[in-house]
Amino acid sequence: MENLQLVLPEIFLSLSIMFLLILGVFKKNSSRLVQSLSLAVLIVTAVITFNETIGINEIKLFNNSIVIDYLSSLMKIITLLAAFLVLIISSNYLKTFQIFKIEYPILILSSVLGMMVMISSNDLIVFYMGLELQSLALYVLATFNRDQIKSSEAGLKYFVLSALSSGLLLYGCSLIYGFTGSTNFNVIADQLNSNEYALTFGIVFILVGLAFKISAVPFHMWAPDVYEGSPTSVTLFFTMVPKIAALTVFIRFLYVPFLNLIDQWQMILIFLSIASMLFGAIAAIGQTNLKRLVAYSSIGHVGYALAGVASGTNDGIQSSVIYITIYILMNLGLFSCLLMLKRDNNYYEKIDDLSGLSKNHPMLALSLLIILFSLAGIPPLAGFFAKFYVFKAVIEQSMYFLAIVGLLSTVVAAFYYLRLIKIMYFDEQKEKYDTDHGFWLKFSLTASTLLILIYFIFPSQLIEVVSRINII
Amino acid sequence: MNFPILSSLILLPSIGALFLFFTKSDKKDNFTGKYVALFTSAVNFFLSVYLWILFDSTTSDFQFVEERIWIKDLINYKVGVDGISILFILLTTFITPLCIISVNNSIKDRLSEFLIAVLIMESFMIGVFCSLDLVIFYLFFEAGLIPMFLIIGIWGGARRVYSAFKFFLYTLLGSVLMLVAIITIYWLNGTTDVVELYNSGIDIKYQNLLWLAFFSSFAVKTPMWPVHTWLPDAHVEAPTAGSVLLAAILLKMAGYGFIRFSLGLFPVASEVFTPLVYTLSVIAIIFTSLIALMQEDMKKLIAYSSVAHMGYVTLGIFTIQQQGIEGSIIQMISHGLVSAALFLCVGVVYDRMHSRLINTYGGIVSIIPKYSILFMLFTLAALGLPGTSGFVGEFLILMGAFKDNFLVAVIASLGVIIGAAYMLWLYKRVVFGKLINTDLKQMFDLNRSELFILSCLAVPTLFFGFYPDPLINTIEVSISDLIDQYNFKLASKT
Repeated sequence: MENLQLVLPEIFLSLSIMFLLILGVFKKNSSRLVQSLSLAVLIVTAVITFNETIGINEIKLFNNSIVIDYLSSLMKIITLLAAFLVLIISSNYLKTFQIFKIEYPILILSSVLGMMVMISSNDLIVFYMGLELQSLALYVLATFNRDQIKSSEAGLKYFVLSALSSGLLLYGCSLIYGFTGSTNFNVIADQLNSNEYALTFGIVFILVGLAFKISAVPFHMWAPDVYEGSPTSVTLFFTMVPKIAALTVFIRFLYVPFLNLIDQWQMILIFLSIASMLFGAIAAIGQTNLKRLVAYSSIGHVGYALAGVASGTNDGIQSSVIYITIYILMNLGLFSCLLMLKRDNNYYEKIDDLSGLSKNHPMLALSLLIILFSLAGIPPLAGFFAKFYVFKAVIEQSMYFLAIVGLLSTVVAAFYYLRLIKIMYFDEQKEKYDTDHGFWLKFSLTASTLLILIYFIFPSQLIEVVSRINII
Repeated sequence: MNFPILSSLILLPSIGALFLFFTKSDKKDNFTGKYVALFTSAVNFFLSVYLWILFDSTTSDFQFVEERIWIKDLINYKVGVDGISILFILLTTFITPLCIISVNNSIKDRLSEFLIAVLIMESFMIGVFCSLDLVIFYLFFEAGLIPMFLIIGIWGGARRVYSAFKFFLYTLLGSVLMLVAIITIYWLNGTTDVVELYNSGIDIKYQNLLWLAFFSSFAVKTPMWPVHTWLPDAHVEAPTAGSVLLAAILLKMAGYGFIRFSLGLFPVASEVFTPLVYTLSVIAIIFTSLIALMQEDMKKLIAYSSVAHMGYVTLGIFTIQQQGIEGSIIQMISHGLVSAALFLCVGVVYDRMHSRLINTYGGIVSIIPKYSILFMLFTLAALGLPGTSGFVGEFLILMGAFKDNFLVAVIASLGVIIGAAYMLWLYKRVVFGKLINTDLKQMFDLNRSELFILSCLAVPTLFFGFYPDPLINTIEVSISDLIDQYNFKLASKT
């Protein structure tokens, strides 16, 4: 029990959720209070995580079912900060649709709790528990704007497909348990017998489930519909936060128990990566809705992050973590822009609504320009470095095919990013949008744009942060 | 460490751009903005002249080298110049202020944004020419796409969107393979430092593929036949100042890259692929010259002539003869001056008549005589008349080619004749002949700024035509050393 302080972040978060729920039920009109308290809870949890666990190399708790190491601490902090930013910039949007309710921050907190459990899991059952906790919260979040039919549809679609993938995942877990006699990652690693083909089946089933959660091709079908139908602030949450946890589980699941079977899963991962990069790039070209476009672009970006994981080295894992961090930063900026396209209590999300933005709102257009070029991976912006590290790790393993396909799909992807820039800068202007945005929305846009822009001056810092990740 | 003169050259235009970004431009005439931009680029020009004066042309070592840790254990920020790169830096800093003066007449709206794009472009281009690390080089090389895309797309002509996209995607597609090659070099040698790579050499097994990857990028940028098709589109639609930047500076990045990287890093592969480059160059010279002959649009004609001229450049580089490479560099400098001037000449009549078609004009010699004189000078320089810088470059290239491969040299010489034909025919149709279109009578002659820009370009064109020694002295030692290294590496097969 002396190690209980190591799971203090999770304990604190779950107690806070219960407290906030009770507070919200008994105190009338307390949504603003609950929102502020939730923000504080996220920050405090991040601080606790930072203080208690960041210095720890590796400790396993509760019969080795929870692991606390640098990777888990780092990913938890990134998750918490990302959730904080999502929550803080979404309040105006929610108020517009009159869905600024106590449930929203509480659901976000619960899903964050689920993700933290996933990130720390060293056992299939613990991992599944965390996954279900976050998924359940996310289903409700997707339907949060329940008066809109699209939002309900999104939630239902997400629920049905996600339940299916969870089923596959559980099936994979039971196969693995059947052939190794344990659900613990380390025990599985010891019991591995690479001649058992059924084990490979187990891995494949679990990978399918995970690929679904991270929306990698060919398990991506839900993403565009759900991203389009959900409220924009929830879409923002979907594109950023669950990906961090899913990527961590990807890394831990493949590298802790199954490192010796790398020949078996590496090909699958390369396929997922190439398919996601290509499909994300090509399918986005025909989109007319910005949220759908972002969905396809996020599918593509997941492909790049998985390319790093596929390399099978510590360098590759580190590059994936860098990639996802920079991706989150760019996405935050992108959605801050989307949330600013508001006129008369109406949010605009068609591509054509960007038309001539540079004349009406030069600063907003310039920020979006920088973010889009960065998403396309053009130097000297941060997005280029993210891709550079990933492909460096990939080429060091002589995986030239993956690298070349990946880089060629950046050229295809550049096309639709350029199309947005073209609409903003070359087309005729339309009506102006509102400019009275909240402080935090402006702040997140400015901060993310500046960080993307000046990343090339301090590229070493982020590398140093991730260089302590050591899984193999 | 001494005063970091190269970093200042790179940073100064960006600082000017930042300053412009924060100055509120008064809507009427962006008086302050223009002078800020002009001042910054002029200071940069004088700084680069100072660099040239300090430059020691008796050694082929890199000078003014600055090295800082950038990404720890991975990449160092390293810049420096030798005889090959310094002239390109001078060309960049010389052309940019002229571009900024020329916007007076052609750019009407969003002037300060345009100037910001031009200044940032200058920063990136200088960076390309002085970076001594492959990753830094790639960074600057690619970054230049952003401002150029915006320049063509925002301020361009009717089909600007198509051209901007074509320009961007074509060049990006070429470049990503180079990125793969650069990372592979890092993996093979553990460094991307150009000087170290020169010394250590690159594994012979990989050279051919790496050479092709670099080639795919440079060939698109040069542009070589058959991937030249983006250039006429980009030129036609870009505003005058954009065409000037594109022709004078952007096209030179690839020629520079061929000398610095293809020859310097992959001598064995360069030897293998020389026939390929020869073939493509000769086709470019003959084929695009013939296409140029048939153009109705003045800008398009000059754009195709650029492709032909760049064909001479690639031909000269791969002769691996002292004269050939010297000629290529002088041809690039000369083409930088002359094509810039020709695009400005087209811009002058376009601003007045809003037509680039050749048959709009004819007989304007009596209406705008000053213009006609200067236009003639640049026409003659473009076709390589002795006494202009164009002659020096072409002559040296052909001399080098004759030493290396007789047949190629003979065919390339034929290109000179076609070149003379299309340039003189263009001049004849625009300037001489009967004055049929009566609207032309309202044209006024060059104003002060136009006269100033064109004279600024005419002086070095003539000066280096008669007295190319300053250029040759600067590049001579570096090139002979490059060739020695090349032959040595080839002999020892590394």
